[in-house]
Amino acid sequence: MFGYYFDLALRSFRRNKALTALMVLAIALGIGASMTTLTVFHVLSGDPIPQKSDKLFYVQLDPAGKDGYTPGEEPADQVTRFDAEALLRAKRGDRQAMMTGGSVGIEPQRAGAQSTSMDPFYADSRYTTADFFPMFDVPFAYGTGWSQAQDDSHERVVVISKALNDKLFGGGNSVGKSLRVEGHDFRLVGVLGDWRPTPRFYDMYSDRYGELEQVFVPFTVSRDLDMSRSGSMDCWDDHKDNDDPEGETGVNASCTWIQYWVELDTPAKADAYRQYLVNYSDQQRAAGRYERPTNVRLRNVMQWLDFNKVVPGDVRLQVWLAFGFLLVCLLNTVGLLLAKFLRRSSEIGVRRGLGAARRAIFAQCLVEAGAIGLAGGVLGLGLALLGLWAVRQQPASYASLAHLDPLMLLMTFVVAIVASLLAGLLPAWRACEVAPAIQLKSQ
Amino acid sequence: MELRPILTTLRRHKTASALIVLEIALSCAIICNALFLIGDRIERISRTSGLAENELVRVQLTGIGKDDNADALTTTDLAALRALPGVKDATVTNQVPFVSSSWNSSVTMTKDQQQPTLSSTVYMGNDHFIDTLGLKLVAGRNFSSDELIDWKLINAPNSKIAIPSVIITRSMADKLFPGGNALGKSFYSWGDDPIRIVGIVDHLVRPSEQGGPAGHEYSMILPFKVSYTVGGNYLIRVADPSQREQVLKAAVDVLKRNGPNRIVLTDNTKTVEALRGEYYRQDRAMIWLLVAVCIALLVVTALGIVGLASFWVQQRTKQIGVRRALGATRGQILRYFQTENFLLATLGIVLGMMLAYGINQMLMGKYELPRLPAIYLPVGAVALWLLGQLSVLGPARRAAAVPPAVATRSV
Repeated sequence: MFGYYFDLALRSFRRNKALTALMVLAIALGIGASMTTLTVFHVLSGDPIPQKSDKLFYVQLDPAGKDGYTPGEEPADQVTRFDAEALLRAKRGDRQAMMTGGSVGIEPQRAGAQSTSMDPFYADSRYTTADFFPMFDVPFAYGTGWSQAQDDSHERVVVISKALNDKLFGGGNSVGKSLRVEGHDFRLVGVLGDWRPTPRFYDMYSDRYGELEQVFVPFTVSRDLDMSRSGSMDCWDDHKDNDDPEGETGVNASCTWIQYWVELDTPAKADAYRQYLVNYSDQQRAAGRYERPTNVRLRNVMQWLDFNKVVPGDVRLQVWLAFGFLLVCLLNTVGLLLAKFLRRSSEIGVRRGLGAARRAIFAQCLVEAGAIGLAGGVLGLGLALLGLWAVRQQPASYASLAHLDPLMLLMTFVVAIVASLLAGLLPAWRACEVAPAIQLKSQ
Repeated sequence: MELRPILTTLRRHKTASALIVLEIALSCAIICNALFLIGDRIERISRTSGLAENELVRVQLTGIGKDDNADALTTTDLAALRALPGVKDATVTNQVPFVSSSWNSSVTMTKDQQQPTLSSTVYMGNDHFIDTLGLKLVAGRNFSSDELIDWKLINAPNSKIAIPSVIITRSMADKLFPGGNALGKSFYSWGDDPIRIVGIVDHLVRPSEQGGPAGHEYSMILPFKVSYTVGGNYLIRVADPSQREQVLKAAVDVLKRNGPNRIVLTDNTKTVEALRGEYYRQDRAMIWLLVAVCIALLVVTALGIVGLASFWVQQRTKQIGVRRALGATRGQILRYFQTENFLLATLGIVLGMMLAYGINQMLMGKYELPRLPAIYLPVGAVALWLLGQLSVLGPARRAAAVPPAVATRSV
């Protein structure tokens, strides 16, 4: 029966070419716009580390002074260096790392690099501690990360990205070679494999969808050499005397600028860790360091991304806009299908008169609507690919990520067919309500 | 024109009429809000920066490792830049407009105030800052060279140096001292001591969107002598805008020669006009996208109206013939369909207005947008009325062309 109805639908399309083309085009436009924006949204809101996003937690404490305190407010976004180092020493999680971003000068001609004619350049860097690599499942092409012992002994070791290794060493195994960073010699211990967490969840204070940092250096060493840092820094208490020669990046500075992540493998451990943070805060207040009531947060990766509204507002707005547009296109299709089916009232009357059940008429109409949806979906897919191409030409750092994956491909057809079937429901219902007697009489 | 017969007919075609009304309402709501968003973005990208934008170029450079000689090098850098042919003036600063990273400091009126009055961005500028950027002093004076403080001294641990003066924007002056006459008054922001306002500039835009639309000109200039290691920004004003590229090239060369072992960040070294273009690129893309959506919506809605109106005309061919046979003119038939469309469009527009307002409420909550100004509603209404009339014209003319003889055929 389905085949027969499909054949009837095709005949009907041939009879009303303009009207059919109009409906297919409307659905295709709606689907194209929705799938383009939805794909971008899907890429940007995805889980950057699905295998353990529920086991990685971001620590927030509230170390700021009494000034400007509003009860019920969120604690500071980042932690102080003092707190980060204290938590790191306590080692209460399965793994833990403190980190911040920055940039460093690289001098290729003074390193054991192949091309000696390359000018010095600046590269984004991350200053972190040993657990960063195993905790985030960072893949290595050559070598490994550094150890906690190397952190503690302030060893000048460096891990570089695949891209930097390609640039400096032609992609070969460069482990053990020396690299000149910020005017100092570093020993290369690892080269990363392909890794681009999207979004770059571990640091919300630099380009969230940007490329991976090129240089990774132990945090202790970055402070020894006073490497330049970037990202957000929040300071308070400038009335208090601070003799620290390191200034605002010193251990005792009243500034939050460090991201602190901890891995906790079970929910029970997470609860215990939260309690530990509460106790820690209480102790700090008892010691006179904290002035505000205890206010801690322990968010896992997806909660942390949600809290930061990581998907840009414009992208969310575009999704709403596209679905509003799709809705108008569907309303349009409902109206046109209604006109089309009712125009065939006499034909339907004859079929009913010859004994077709209402259900058969209903099915026939829905098959026709679904066929339009399928055609609209195919054309819509083309438009979505075109739309995504247009998105990739945009200046935003996430632009290069806008590609259709198999899931979204399937989604396109599901949305197109479901939408057109929904659009066909009302017209089909009205069509099978046609009273055969009146139609036959007026023939 | 009798409305009764039209209303009676519409009542008999409730579903189709409702569909048209709904489609118009939705389009109207989306278009009103899209137009509003477009207006909002246009306002943003056409903001006054206060800078002599088409005469400025920026060079950003950074040292490798620690440079103990940075202050002296900055002085000779500036002298060399100012000596270049075609250069009017040059200055060094911690931050430049149209580059998202910025320094900010909260401002209070008294020393012990708990909640800050506002958050302002901090430009660190020497006595050449105002002239190089082309800012317009509307009150007070520029910094004198003897009141400049070395950044190294003010940033040293436990520094107790009082800041002698500050220049702020008119926007910030009006916010801090609503009564006017901010000149000579003081506020607290950097350090423990009050800072006296010695000058007010007409405009100076904030580098970032921090502080929202209201705070986009909360800027202060502190008399700090920074070296190139603080932000690494040299701003150079040229005499002739057409020479910007040459000056840029010459500036990069002279800086490389003056202090080797430094890296010029070529991606960030360009004219201020280019920086502005990049800063607002996303907004411009969004404007075009919204315009495209509006046009697509209008087209789809128009096609929907054409489709349904054609169906109605075809369905009512016999009635039209009867009316013609009974003496109705072509004009009356034409006006019948036009009036019908006008009624449906009006209903759709009224619904659409309410919907537009609802969507705006949602956007206000989610994206910190202001309330939809009432002006967008009549604009949207007129657009859809016109659209409806244009779309129905074709089918209505076909209806008017139905010959009276149809009435006598095939009854």
